[in-house]
Amino acid sequence: MTPQEILDQLRANFGEAILESKLDAPQPWISVAPNRTKDICFFLRDTASLQFDYLMCLSSVDNKDKQLSVVYHVWSTTQKHKIVLKAFCPRDNAHIQSVSSVWGTADWHEREAFDMMGIVFDEHPDLRRILCPDDYPGNPLRKDFKVPEFYQGIKVPY
Amino acid sequence: MIDTLPIKTSTGRPLRKEEMVINMGPQHPSTHGVLRLEVVLDGEIVVDVIPHMGYLHRCFEKHSEHMTNYQQVIPYADRMDYLASMNNDWGYALAVERLLKIEVPPRVEYIRVIMAELQRIASHLIAVGTYGIDMGAFTPFLWCFRDRERILDLFEMTCGARLLYNYIWVGGLSHDIPPGFVDKAKAFCKYFLPNIKELNDLLTYNTIFVKRTADIGVLPADVAINYACSGPMLRGSGVSFDLRRDDPYGVYDKFEWNVEVGKGEMGTLGDCWDRYIVRVREMEQSVKIIEQALAAIPEGDVQSALPKRIRPDAGEIYVRTETPRGELGFYVISDGSATPYRVKARAPAFVNLSVMSEISRGCMIADLVAIVGSVDIVLGEVDR
Repeated sequence: MTPQEILDQLRANFGEAILESKLDAPQPWISVAPNRTKDICFFLRDTASLQFDYLMCLSSVDNKDKQLSVVYHVWSTTQKHKIVLKAFCPRDNAHIQSVSSVWGTADWHEREAFDMMGIVFDEHPDLRRILCPDDYPGNPLRKDFKVPEFYQGIKVPY
Repeated sequence: MIDTLPIKTSTGRPLRKEEMVINMGPQHPSTHGVLRLEVVLDGEIVVDVIPHMGYLHRCFEKHSEHMTNYQQVIPYADRMDYLASMNNDWGYALAVERLLKIEVPPRVEYIRVIMAELQRIASHLIAVGTYGIDMGAFTPFLWCFRDRERILDLFEMTCGARLLYNYIWVGGLSHDIPPGFVDKAKAFCKYFLPNIKELNDLLTYNTIFVKRTADIGVLPADVAINYACSGPMLRGSGVSFDLRRDDPYGVYDKFEWNVEVGKGEMGTLGDCWDRYIVRVREMEQSVKIIEQALAAIPEGDVQSALPKRIRPDAGEIYVRTETPRGELGFYVISDGSATPYRVKARAPAFVNLSVMSEISRGCMIADLVAIVGSVDIVLGEVDR
């Protein structure tokens, strides 16, 4: 299916939850409402003509316009098509619906985004830090992150 | 009667009276690195496994944003999966090349394929050899390392390094292959093929080894896809999927080779033995590719396409390549400046490891070692 057809299907089913799209990019993307990601992803996975069963990558980005976003690169092993979804959320109240019930792989990716970018994934079954220690201050991949001078009473070298 | 204890696992589940928690790792020989498994046991039976990682976290993604140019990220990409540095370099270089929309000369493409496949063999040799050790067979490990040494010699004569190469650059290579490389590589292929047969006789079809790995840690194909497993992990479950064929890059479409999949020969489809045998057979396929590439390698200058300044237009790209462990994806965002705005590495070992607790529930604790080994994790890549 072409990205345009995918977008039309999503528009027909979710209306205003589909916010904007850029289909002329090298990898076309569609942005969706952060509180509807789960339903949209279930639709993408379970519709017979779409069958997006493989979540290649889930990345978190700290954008220039001071918003955080989560980028989903999804692919279909049967239909062999790809699409990119984006969900934007404000910095100070970063909440996005979890898609770990749709794709099992999203579980750890979302934990990583929570750890590194401080995005809270609502309805995630086990939202703990994954790479940084539990008591680490802040979210290192945010652009305004400052390395603390001391960690656990030990001077951080630089 | 109280049947739960006032103790909880780190996921918050209260322990039942007959259960106990055992830590496997972080310093445990069978975890292949610094990985801690919090294992909930009922006697000998594994009730739950909670992996804890991050001990090797080196902030690859943060570092990438703080380099002064795109080329400087490559040594860091080297250090992600330190057993397959060539493949990592290629993945990153390819992502930036696609952002820049540049083509590399054919000679570069051929050398990249040769290096990547040699690296695949080297990496699979470690996976296979250490898996033998996990199962109590020591000799195959030494044999595998003996053969891997020859590959490292080839890399050393090309770029001077044996483990972390910084060889594949954006737009080209750091060095051309030296005189005599082609003959030595051909000699290696000739020498190596009979050794695979020897390895099969010693380990693959050994009754003890088969008993330890067949029917253990069965990963059904639909679960593998749901957890986005890739590489030998996914192919072991019978899914014929290889990015070299299905999302082609480089010049892989010019060669004759097959995608090996598990067939459930020794037990259930998708068990540890299937994942193991896919790696062994992939080595043969890699030799096939190398031989064809060596025979057809074109002339040219490997540095003619190196960009003077790398400043991609603002944009983003997700590029995936097939490393020995599976789909390595780089999501690179450019804001038009000389440094990447954001680099996200989708590490195959990280994703493959996430399915482990799913497939190890209900197995015996001794089989847990077999399952961890069959996932073939490299902690440098899991933690990045």
